[in-house]
Amino acid sequence: MSYLSLAITLIFVIIPLVLSRTLNLGLEKDTLIATVRSIIQLLAVGYVLQLVFESEHLFYILLMIILMIAAATQNARKKGVQIKGITWKLVLTFITVEVLTQGILLGLSITPTTAQYIIPISGMVIGNSMVLSILFLNRFISEVETKSKETELILSLGGTPKQAVHKQLITSIQASTIPTIESQKTIGLVQLPGMMSGQIIAGADPLQAVLFQLLILFLLLTTAVVTSIMLGYLSYPTLFNERMQFLKLEKSKK
Amino acid sequence: MASVNAAVQWNHVTFSVNGKTILQDINGTFLEGKITTLVGPSGAGKSTLFKLCNGLASADSGDILVAGKEIDSYAPVELRRMVGFAMQDATMVDGTVYENLAMPLTLQGKELTEDKANELLKLVGLPATISDQSTKDLSGGQRQKLSIARTLVNRPSILLLDEITSSLDRVSQQDVEALIVRINKQYGTTIVWITHNLQQARTIGDYTWVMINGQLVEAGESFLLDQPENDEVRLFVKGDNS
Repeated sequence: MSYLSLAITLIFVIIPLVLSRTLNLGLEKDTLIATVRSIIQLLAVGYVLQLVFESEHLFYILLMIILMIAAATQNARKKGVQIKGITWKLVLTFITVEVLTQGILLGLSITPTTAQYIIPISGMVIGNSMVLSILFLNRFISEVETKSKETELILSLGGTPKQAVHKQLITSIQASTIPTIESQKTIGLVQLPGMMSGQIIAGADPLQAVLFQLLILFLLLTTAVVTSIMLGYLSYPTLFNERMQFLKLEKSKK
Repeated sequence: MASVNAAVQWNHVTFSVNGKTILQDINGTFLEGKITTLVGPSGAGKSTLFKLCNGLASADSGDILVAGKEIDSYAPVELRRMVGFAMQDATMVDGTVYENLAMPLTLQGKELTEDKANELLKLVGLPATISDQSTKDLSGGQRQKLSIARTLVNRPSILLLDEITSSLDRVSQQDVEALIVRINKQYGTTIVWITHNLQQARTIGDYTWVMINGQLVEAGESFLLDQPENDEVRLFVKGDNS
Protein backbone atom coordinates (compact mmCIF):
# COMPACT_ATOMS: atom_id res chain seq x y z
CA MET A 1 0.00 0.00 0.00
CA SER A 2 1.37 3.42 -0.96
CA TYR A 3 1.27 6.59 1.17
CA LEU A 4 -1.17 8.03 -1.41
CA SER A 5 -3.60 5.13 -0.85
CA LEU A 6 -3.26 5.65 2.91
CA ALA A 7 -4.01 9.36 2.48
CA ILE A 8 -7.21 8.45 0.60
CA THR A 9 -8.27 6.19 3.49
CA LEU A 10 -8.47 9.31 5.66
CA ILE A 11 -12.02 9.45 4.23
CA PHE A 12 -12.77 6.92 6.96
CA VAL A 13 -11.72 9.53 9.52
CA ILE A 14 -13.64 12.35 7.85
CA ILE A 15 -16.93 10.40 7.96
CA PRO A 16 -17.08 10.19 11.79
CA LEU A 17 -15.85 13.80 12.07
CA VAL A 18 -18.66 15.08 9.85
CA LEU A 19 -21.24 12.94 11.63
CA SER A 20 -20.01 14.08 15.02
CA ARG A 21 -20.13 17.75 14.02
CA THR A 22 -23.58 17.42 12.42
CA LEU A 23 -25.12 15.58 15.34
CA ASN A 24 -23.21 17.49 18.04
CA LEU A 25 -21.68 14.30 19.43
CA GLY A 26 -18.55 16.13 20.63
CA LEU A 27 -16.23 13.39 19.37
CA GLU A 28 -14.20 15.57 16.98
CA LYS A 29 -11.31 16.36 19.32
CA ASP A 30 -10.82 12.76 20.50
CA THR A 31 -11.16 11.42 16.94
CA LEU A 32 -8.48 13.81 15.69
CA ILE A 33 -6.15 13.05 18.61
CA ALA A 34 -6.65 9.30 18.09
CA THR A 35 -5.95 9.62 14.36
CA VAL A 36 -2.80 11.68 14.75
CA ARG A 37 -1.51 9.48 17.59
CA SER A 38 -2.13 6.25 15.67
CA ILE A 39 -0.35 7.61 12.58
CA ILE A 40 2.68 8.80 14.53
CA GLN A 41 2.88 5.76 16.85
CA LEU A 42 2.46 3.12 14.14
CA LEU A 43 4.82 4.80 11.68
CA ALA A 44 7.41 5.13 14.43
CA VAL A 45 6.95 1.46 15.33
CA GLY A 46 7.22 0.56 11.64
CA TYR A 47 10.58 2.30 11.32
CA VAL A 48 11.82 0.86 14.58
CA LEU A 49 10.75 -2.65 13.55
CA GLN A 50 12.51 -2.23 10.22
CA LEU A 51 15.68 -1.32 12.09
CA VAL A 52 15.34 -4.21 14.54
CA PHE A 53 14.53 -6.78 11.83
CA GLU A 54 17.49 -5.69 9.74
CA SER A 55 19.96 -5.79 12.63
CA GLU A 56 18.58 -9.07 14.13
CA HIS A 57 20.48 -8.13 17.27
CA LEU A 58 19.25 -9.60 20.57
CA PHE A 59 19.81 -6.26 22.29
CA TYR A 60 17.26 -4.50 20.07
CA ILE A 61 14.73 -7.31 20.54
CA LEU A 62 15.09 -7.07 24.31
CA LEU A 63 14.85 -3.30 24.17
CA MET A 64 11.60 -3.55 22.22
CA ILE A 65 10.15 -5.97 24.76
CA ILE A 66 11.21 -3.74 27.66
CA LEU A 67 9.52 -0.77 25.98
CA MET A 68 6.34 -2.80 25.48
CA ILE A 69 6.32 -3.82 29.15
CA ALA A 70 6.97 -0.24 30.25
CA ALA A 71 4.12 1.11 28.11
CA ALA A 72 1.73 -1.65 29.23
CA THR A 73 2.62 -1.02 32.89
CA GLN A 74 2.14 2.71 32.54
CA ASN A 75 -1.29 2.16 31.03
CA ALA A 76 -2.55 -0.54 33.41
CA ARG A 77 -1.27 0.95 36.66
CA LYS A 78 -3.82 3.78 36.49
CA LYS A 79 -6.53 1.22 37.23
CA GLY A 80 -4.79 -0.13 40.31
CA VAL A 81 -3.29 2.89 42.05
CA GLN A 82 -5.25 1.94 45.17
CA ILE A 83 -3.20 -1.24 45.47
CA LYS A 84 0.20 -0.72 47.05
CA GLY A 85 3.15 -1.48 44.76
CA ILE A 86 0.94 -2.06 41.73
CA THR A 87 3.71 -0.96 39.33
CA TRP A 88 6.17 -3.70 40.18
CA LYS A 89 3.36 -6.25 40.46
CA LEU A 90 2.35 -5.47 36.88
CA VAL A 91 5.97 -5.53 35.66
CA LEU A 92 6.50 -8.91 37.30
CA THR A 93 3.28 -10.26 35.78
CA PHE A 94 4.16 -9.06 32.26
CA ILE A 95 7.69 -10.45 32.51
CA THR A 96 6.33 -13.80 33.72
CA VAL A 97 3.82 -14.22 30.87
CA GLU A 98 6.42 -13.10 28.34
CA VAL A 99 9.10 -15.49 29.64
CA LEU A 100 6.58 -18.33 29.95
CA THR A 101 5.13 -17.98 26.45
CA GLN A 102 8.37 -17.21 24.60
CA GLY A 103 10.12 -19.89 26.65
CA ILE A 104 7.69 -22.51 25.39
CA LEU A 105 7.58 -21.21 21.80
CA LEU A 106 11.32 -20.83 21.40
CA GLY A 107 12.32 -23.66 23.74
CA LEU A 108 10.26 -26.20 21.82
CA SER A 109 11.23 -24.62 18.48
CA ILE A 110 7.60 -23.86 17.64
CA THR A 111 8.58 -20.47 16.26
CA PRO A 112 11.98 -19.38 14.93
CA THR A 113 14.26 -17.25 17.11
CA THR A 114 13.97 -14.18 14.93
CA ALA A 115 12.77 -10.66 15.61
CA GLN A 116 10.08 -11.14 12.95
CA TYR A 117 8.37 -13.71 15.20
CA ILE A 118 9.44 -12.71 18.69
CA ILE A 119 8.36 -9.06 18.55
CA PRO A 120 4.84 -9.36 17.11
CA ILE A 121 4.03 -12.32 19.36
CA SER A 122 5.42 -10.49 22.39
CA GLY A 123 3.28 -7.50 21.44
CA MET A 124 0.16 -9.65 21.37
CA VAL A 125 1.03 -11.41 24.63
CA ILE A 126 1.93 -8.24 26.57
CA GLY A 127 -0.96 -6.28 25.04
CA ASN A 128 -3.42 -8.99 25.97
CA SER A 129 -1.91 -9.25 29.42
CA MET A 130 -2.33 -5.49 29.83
CA VAL A 131 -6.03 -5.60 28.90
CA LEU A 132 -6.54 -8.56 31.25
CA SER A 133 -4.79 -6.66 34.06
CA ILE A 134 -7.09 -3.69 33.58
CA LEU A 135 -10.18 -5.92 33.54
CA PHE A 136 -8.98 -7.79 36.62
CA LEU A 137 -8.03 -4.68 38.62
CA ASN A 138 -11.30 -2.92 37.82
CA ARG A 139 -13.33 -5.87 39.01
CA PHE A 140 -11.15 -6.79 41.98
CA ILE A 141 -11.16 -3.26 43.43
CA SER A 142 -14.92 -3.03 43.00
CA GLU A 143 -15.43 -6.47 44.64
CA VAL A 144 -13.17 -5.58 47.57
CA GLU A 145 -15.00 -2.30 48.12
CA THR A 146 -18.52 -3.70 47.90
CA LYS A 147 -17.76 -6.80 49.99
CA SER A 148 -15.72 -5.15 52.75
CA LYS A 149 -18.24 -6.27 55.40
CA GLU A 150 -17.95 -9.92 54.35
CA THR A 151 -14.15 -9.58 54.44
CA GLU A 152 -14.22 -8.25 58.01
CA LEU A 153 -16.77 -10.88 59.01
CA ILE A 154 -14.50 -13.73 57.89
CA LEU A 155 -11.50 -12.15 59.62
CA SER A 156 -13.52 -11.63 62.80
CA LEU A 157 -14.43 -15.33 62.84
CA GLY A 158 -10.78 -16.35 62.66
CA GLY A 159 -10.29 -16.56 58.91
CA THR A 160 -7.02 -15.68 57.20
CA PRO A 161 -6.67 -12.77 54.74
CA LYS A 162 -6.67 -15.24 51.84
CA GLN A 163 -9.91 -16.81 53.06
CA ALA A 164 -11.39 -13.34 53.61
CA VAL A 165 -10.94 -12.28 49.97
CA HIS A 166 -11.05 -15.69 48.32
CA LYS A 167 -14.50 -15.17 46.83
CA GLN A 168 -13.68 -11.69 45.55
CA LEU A 169 -10.46 -13.03 44.03
CA ILE A 170 -12.15 -15.94 42.24
CA THR A 171 -15.00 -13.74 40.96
CA SER A 172 -12.50 -11.23 39.56
CA ILE A 173 -10.31 -13.88 37.94
CA GLN A 174 -13.37 -15.44 36.31
CA ALA A 175 -14.82 -12.10 35.19
CA SER A 176 -11.57 -10.98 33.59
CA THR A 177 -10.77 -14.24 31.78
CA ILE A 178 -14.28 -15.11 30.58
CA PRO A 179 -14.24 -12.59 27.66
CA THR A 180 -11.07 -14.23 26.26
CA ILE A 181 -12.57 -17.73 26.53
CA GLU A 182 -15.97 -16.64 25.18
CA SER A 183 -14.50 -14.77 22.22
CA GLN A 184 -12.62 -17.93 21.23
CA LYS A 185 -15.87 -19.87 21.06
CA THR A 186 -17.21 -17.71 18.22
CA ILE A 187 -13.93 -16.89 16.52
CA GLY A 188 -14.10 -17.27 12.75
CA LEU A 189 -17.91 -17.35 12.86
CA VAL A 190 -18.47 -13.68 13.53
CA GLN A 191 -15.20 -12.06 12.56
CA LEU A 192 -11.82 -13.13 11.32
CA PRO A 193 -9.06 -12.36 13.79
CA GLY A 194 -6.99 -9.30 12.84
CA MET A 195 -3.67 -11.06 12.63
CA MET A 196 -5.04 -13.83 10.41
CA SER A 197 -6.79 -11.30 8.16
CA GLY A 198 -3.53 -9.36 7.88
CA GLN A 199 -1.60 -12.48 6.85
CA ILE A 200 -4.24 -13.40 4.25
CA ILE A 201 -4.26 -9.87 2.82
CA ALA A 202 -0.46 -9.98 2.67
CA GLY A 203 -0.80 -13.10 0.48
CA ALA A 204 -0.22 -15.95 2.96
CA ASP A 205 -1.86 -19.37 2.49
CA PRO A 206 -5.18 -19.12 4.45
CA LEU A 207 -4.64 -22.51 6.12
CA GLN A 208 -1.15 -21.50 7.29
CA ALA A 209 -2.68 -18.25 8.58
CA VAL A 210 -5.31 -20.27 10.46
CA LEU A 211 -2.70 -22.55 12.06
CA PHE A 212 -0.71 -19.55 13.19
CA GLN A 213 -3.82 -17.85 14.49
CA LEU A 214 -4.67 -20.96 16.52
CA LEU A 215 -1.22 -20.86 18.07
CA ILE A 216 -1.83 -17.25 19.08
CA LEU A 217 -5.27 -18.08 20.50
CA PHE A 218 -3.88 -20.83 22.68
CA LEU A 219 -1.11 -18.50 23.77
CA LEU A 220 -3.61 -15.85 24.75
CA LEU A 221 -5.56 -18.35 26.87
CA THR A 222 -2.46 -18.97 28.97
CA THR A 223 -1.71 -15.26 29.05
CA ALA A 224 -5.21 -14.43 30.26
CA VAL A 225 -5.37 -17.00 33.03
CA VAL A 226 -1.78 -16.54 34.23
CA THR A 227 -2.12 -12.73 34.25
CA SER A 228 -5.30 -12.69 36.33
CA ILE A 229 -4.16 -15.33 38.79
CA MET A 230 -0.72 -13.86 39.27
CA LEU A 231 -1.91 -10.29 39.64
CA GLY A 232 -4.62 -11.45 42.05
CA TYR A 233 -2.26 -13.37 44.28
CA LEU A 234 0.28 -10.54 44.25
CA SER A 235 -2.38 -7.92 45.02
CA TYR A 236 -4.53 -9.35 47.79
CA PRO A 237 -1.86 -9.44 50.56
CA THR A 238 -1.44 -5.65 50.28
CA LEU A 239 -5.04 -5.27 51.47
CA PHE A 240 -4.01 -6.51 54.94
CA ASN A 241 -1.33 -5.68 57.50
CA GLU A 242 0.81 -8.08 59.52
CA ARG A 243 -1.92 -8.30 62.22
CA MET A 244 -4.30 -9.62 59.53
CA GLN A 245 -6.30 -6.40 59.65
CA PHE A 246 -8.19 -5.30 56.56
CA LEU A 247 -6.89 -1.99 55.25
CA LYS A 248 -9.61 -0.05 53.50
CA LEU A 249 -8.70 0.97 49.95
CA GLU A 250 -7.97 4.63 49.48
CA LYS A 251 -10.48 6.45 47.32
CA SER A 252 -9.09 6.63 43.79
CA LYS A 253 -7.98 10.07 42.72
CA LYS A 254 -9.65 10.48 39.38
CA MET B 1 -13.12 -3.42 89.64
CA ALA B 2 -10.49 -6.02 90.48
CA SER B 3 -8.05 -6.82 87.71
CA VAL B 4 -7.61 -10.43 88.85
CA ASN B 5 -10.66 -11.54 86.93
CA ALA B 6 -10.50 -9.06 84.11
CA ALA B 7 -11.52 -10.59 80.78
CA VAL B 8 -10.34 -7.44 79.02
CA GLN B 9 -8.42 -4.62 80.60
CA TRP B 10 -7.96 -1.24 78.91
CA ASN B 11 -5.05 0.97 79.95
CA HIS B 12 -4.89 4.45 78.41
CA VAL B 13 -6.03 3.22 75.02
CA THR B 14 -6.17 5.74 72.20
CA PHE B 15 -7.20 5.18 68.60
CA SER B 16 -7.51 7.54 65.66
CA VAL B 17 -8.27 7.32 61.95
CA ASN B 18 -6.69 9.78 59.51
CA GLY B 19 -5.82 12.12 62.35
CA LYS B 20 -9.33 12.04 63.84
CA THR B 21 -9.45 10.74 67.41
CA ILE B 22 -12.02 7.97 67.77
CA LEU B 23 -11.05 6.67 71.21
CA GLN B 24 -9.33 8.74 73.84
CA ASP B 25 -7.54 7.42 76.91
CA ILE B 26 -9.84 4.48 77.59
CA ASN B 27 -9.26 2.92 81.02
CA GLY B 28 -11.44 0.18 82.39
CA THR B 29 -12.24 -3.49 82.67
CA PHE B 30 -14.71 -5.98 81.25
CA LEU B 31 -15.11 -8.44 84.11
CA GLU B 32 -14.86 -12.15 83.43
CA GLY B 33 -18.16 -14.03 83.33
CA LYS B 34 -20.22 -10.83 83.58
CA ILE B 35 -22.46 -8.96 81.17
CA THR B 36 -21.28 -5.42 80.51
CA THR B 37 -23.37 -3.09 78.40
CA LEU B 38 -21.89 -0.24 76.39
CA VAL B 39 -24.18 2.74 75.91
CA GLY B 40 -23.71 6.16 74.46
CA PRO B 41 -24.71 8.29 71.51
CA SER B 42 -23.83 7.30 67.94
CA GLY B 43 -20.25 8.04 67.04
CA ALA B 44 -19.04 7.58 70.62
CA GLY B 45 -16.53 4.92 69.51
CA LYS B 46 -18.35 1.87 70.91
CA SER B 47 -18.05 -0.29 67.77
CA THR B 48 -14.42 0.75 67.36
CA LEU B 49 -13.76 -0.50 70.87
CA PHE B 50 -15.05 -3.92 69.74
CA LYS B 51 -12.86 -3.89 66.65
CA LEU B 52 -9.80 -3.31 68.84
CA CYS B 53 -10.89 -6.08 71.18
CA ASN B 54 -11.40 -8.59 68.34
CA GLY B 55 -8.12 -7.55 66.72
CA LEU B 56 -9.66 -6.07 63.57
CA ALA B 57 -7.82 -2.84 64.42
CA SER B 58 -4.90 -1.93 66.68
CA ALA B 59 -4.66 0.87 69.23
CA ASP B 60 -2.35 3.80 68.52
CA SER B 61 -1.20 3.83 72.14
CA GLY B 62 -2.02 2.19 75.46
CA ASP B 63 -2.39 -1.46 76.40
CA ILE B 64 -5.22 -3.92 75.98
CA LEU B 65 -4.89 -7.06 78.06
CA VAL B 66 -7.07 -10.03 77.11
CA ALA B 67 -7.23 -12.72 79.81
CA GLY B 68 -4.25 -11.02 81.42
CA LYS B 69 -2.04 -11.11 78.33
CA GLU B 70 -1.08 -8.28 76.00
CA ILE B 71 -3.43 -8.41 73.01
CA ASP B 72 -0.59 -8.43 70.46
CA SER B 73 0.92 -11.51 72.09
CA TYR B 74 -1.94 -13.56 70.62
CA ALA B 75 -1.81 -14.67 67.01
CA PRO B 76 -4.64 -12.76 65.23
CA VAL B 77 -6.57 -15.94 64.40
CA GLU B 78 -6.26 -17.25 67.98
CA LEU B 79 -7.47 -13.92 69.42
CA ARG B 80 -10.48 -13.75 67.08
CA ARG B 81 -11.58 -17.26 67.99
CA MET B 82 -11.29 -16.42 71.66
CA VAL B 83 -13.08 -13.06 71.39
CA GLY B 84 -16.25 -13.62 69.34
CA PHE B 85 -17.76 -10.62 67.58
CA ALA B 86 -21.36 -10.46 66.33
CA MET B 87 -21.54 -7.43 64.07
CA GLN B 88 -24.28 -4.84 64.05
CA ASP B 89 -26.01 -5.78 60.80
CA ALA B 90 -25.53 -9.57 61.14
CA THR B 91 -23.57 -9.76 57.89
CA MET B 92 -24.02 -13.09 56.10
CA VAL B 93 -22.15 -14.57 53.17
CA ASP B 94 -24.21 -15.87 50.25
CA GLY B 95 -25.36 -19.38 51.04
CA THR B 96 -27.50 -21.41 53.38
CA VAL B 97 -28.06 -21.08 57.10
CA TYR B 98 -25.87 -24.17 57.65
CA GLU B 99 -23.04 -22.80 55.50
CA ASN B 100 -23.03 -19.58 57.49
CA LEU B 101 -23.29 -21.36 60.80
CA ALA B 102 -20.47 -23.76 59.95
CA MET B 103 -18.18 -21.00 58.63
CA PRO B 104 -15.90 -20.68 61.69
CA LEU B 105 -15.11 -24.41 61.41
CA THR B 106 -15.00 -24.46 57.60
CA LEU B 107 -12.32 -21.76 57.82
CA GLN B 108 -10.26 -24.21 59.90
CA GLY B 109 -10.86 -27.05 57.43
CA LYS B 110 -13.21 -28.76 59.90
CA GLU B 111 -16.83 -29.78 59.62
CA LEU B 112 -19.75 -28.83 61.82
CA THR B 113 -21.82 -31.94 62.52
CA GLU B 114 -25.54 -31.86 61.93
CA ASP B 115 -26.19 -32.57 65.62
CA LYS B 116 -23.97 -29.70 66.72
CA ALA B 117 -25.59 -27.38 64.16
CA ASN B 118 -29.06 -28.30 65.40
CA GLU B 119 -27.97 -27.85 69.02
CA LEU B 120 -26.71 -24.33 68.29
CA LEU B 121 -29.82 -23.42 66.31
CA LYS B 122 -31.93 -24.65 69.21
CA LEU B 123 -29.87 -22.67 71.70
CA VAL B 124 -30.55 -19.43 69.87
CA GLY B 125 -34.20 -20.32 69.30
CA LEU B 126 -34.11 -21.15 65.59
CA PRO B 127 -35.79 -24.30 64.20
CA ALA B 128 -33.45 -26.94 62.75
CA THR B 129 -35.65 -27.01 59.64
CA ILE B 130 -34.20 -23.72 58.39
CA SER B 131 -30.74 -25.24 58.06
CA ASP B 132 -30.95 -25.59 54.26
CA GLN B 133 -32.70 -22.28 53.75
CA SER B 134 -30.90 -19.36 52.07
CA THR B 135 -29.91 -16.64 54.54
CA LYS B 136 -31.57 -14.17 52.16
CA ASP B 137 -34.95 -15.55 53.24
CA LEU B 138 -34.37 -14.91 56.96
CA SER B 139 -36.05 -12.15 58.95
CA GLY B 140 -33.97 -9.54 60.80
CA GLY B 141 -34.43 -11.38 64.09
CA GLN B 142 -33.49 -14.74 62.60
CA ARG B 143 -30.34 -13.26 61.07
CA GLN B 144 -29.28 -11.80 64.41
CA LYS B 145 -29.86 -15.12 66.17
CA LEU B 146 -27.91 -16.94 63.46
CA SER B 147 -25.11 -14.40 63.75
CA ILE B 148 -24.85 -15.07 67.49
CA ALA B 149 -24.98 -18.85 66.96
CA ARG B 150 -22.21 -18.59 64.34
CA THR B 151 -20.02 -16.64 66.75
CA LEU B 152 -20.57 -19.35 69.38
CA VAL B 153 -19.18 -22.08 67.08
CA ASN B 154 -15.64 -20.99 68.03
CA ARG B 155 -16.61 -21.33 71.73
CA PRO B 156 -15.35 -17.82 72.56
CA SER B 157 -14.67 -16.96 76.18
CA ILE B 158 -15.60 -13.35 75.44
CA LEU B 159 -18.56 -12.40 73.27
CA LEU B 160 -18.97 -8.93 71.76
CA LEU B 161 -22.47 -8.07 70.56
CA ASP B 162 -22.86 -4.89 68.54
CA GLU B 163 -26.41 -3.45 68.62
CA ILE B 164 -27.87 -6.80 67.79
CA THR B 165 -31.40 -5.89 68.85
CA SER B 166 -31.67 -2.38 67.41
CA SER B 167 -33.67 -3.38 64.32
CA LEU B 168 -35.84 -6.00 66.02
CA ASP B 169 -39.44 -5.88 67.17
CA ARG B 170 -40.13 -6.12 70.90
CA VAL B 171 -40.80 -9.87 70.91
CA SER B 172 -37.57 -10.65 69.03
CA GLN B 173 -35.71 -8.25 71.33
CA GLN B 174 -36.94 -10.16 74.37
CA ASP B 175 -35.91 -13.45 72.75
CA VAL B 176 -32.39 -12.16 72.17
CA GLU B 177 -32.19 -10.66 75.67
CA ALA B 178 -33.11 -14.05 77.15
CA LEU B 179 -30.56 -15.69 74.86
CA ILE B 180 -27.76 -13.40 76.06
CA VAL B 181 -28.51 -14.23 79.68
CA ARG B 182 -28.72 -17.95 78.80
CA ILE B 183 -25.32 -17.95 77.05
CA ASN B 184 -23.79 -16.09 79.97
CA LYS B 185 -25.20 -18.53 82.54
CA GLN B 186 -24.77 -21.74 80.52
CA TYR B 187 -21.20 -21.19 79.29
CA GLY B 188 -19.92 -18.56 81.74
CA THR B 189 -19.10 -16.43 78.71
CA THR B 190 -18.07 -12.83 79.33
CA ILE B 191 -20.50 -10.71 77.32
CA VAL B 192 -20.09 -7.12 76.24
CA TRP B 193 -23.11 -5.70 74.56
CA ILE B 194 -23.60 -2.39 72.75
CA THR B 195 -27.18 -1.22 72.98
CA HIS B 196 -29.07 1.99 72.46
CA ASN B 197 -31.82 0.77 74.72
CA LEU B 198 -30.99 1.90 78.26
CA GLN B 199 -33.74 -0.27 79.70
CA GLN B 200 -31.90 -3.31 78.30
CA ALA B 201 -28.69 -2.04 79.90
CA ARG B 202 -30.47 -1.73 83.26
CA THR B 203 -32.17 -5.13 83.20
CA ILE B 204 -29.63 -7.33 81.41
CA GLY B 205 -26.25 -5.79 82.18
CA ASP B 206 -24.31 -6.41 85.39
CA TYR B 207 -22.12 -3.44 84.55
CA THR B 208 -22.46 -0.48 82.23
CA TRP B 209 -19.98 1.73 80.41
CA VAL B 210 -21.20 5.09 79.16
CA MET B 211 -19.15 6.40 76.25
CA ILE B 212 -19.42 9.89 74.80
CA ASN B 213 -17.19 11.39 72.09
CA GLY B 214 -14.59 8.63 72.23
CA GLN B 215 -14.25 8.78 76.00
CA LEU B 216 -15.39 6.46 78.76
CA VAL B 217 -17.20 9.02 80.92
CA GLU B 218 -18.77 6.74 83.51
CA ALA B 219 -18.57 3.05 84.35
CA GLY B 220 -19.99 0.94 87.12
CA GLU B 221 -22.88 -1.31 88.06
CA SER B 222 -25.83 -0.80 85.74
CA PHE B 223 -27.87 1.17 88.27
CA LEU B 224 -25.50 4.06 87.58
CA LEU B 225 -27.89 4.91 84.76
CA ASP B 226 -30.51 5.75 87.40
CA GLN B 227 -28.21 8.12 89.29
CA PRO B 228 -25.44 9.30 86.96
CA GLU B 229 -22.68 11.36 88.53
CA ASN B 230 -21.47 12.88 85.29
CA ASP B 231 -23.42 15.80 83.77
CA GLU B 232 -22.98 14.54 80.18
CA VAL B 233 -24.28 11.12 81.20
CA ARG B 234 -27.23 12.72 82.98
CA LEU B 235 -28.10 14.61 79.80
CA PHE B 236 -27.68 11.46 77.72
CA VAL B 237 -29.90 9.39 80.01
CA LYS B 238 -32.50 12.14 80.10
CA GLY B 239 -32.62 12.22 76.31
CA ASP B 240 -33.27 8.49 76.07
CA ASN B 241 -36.85 7.51 75.48
CA SER B 242 -36.63 3.80 76.21
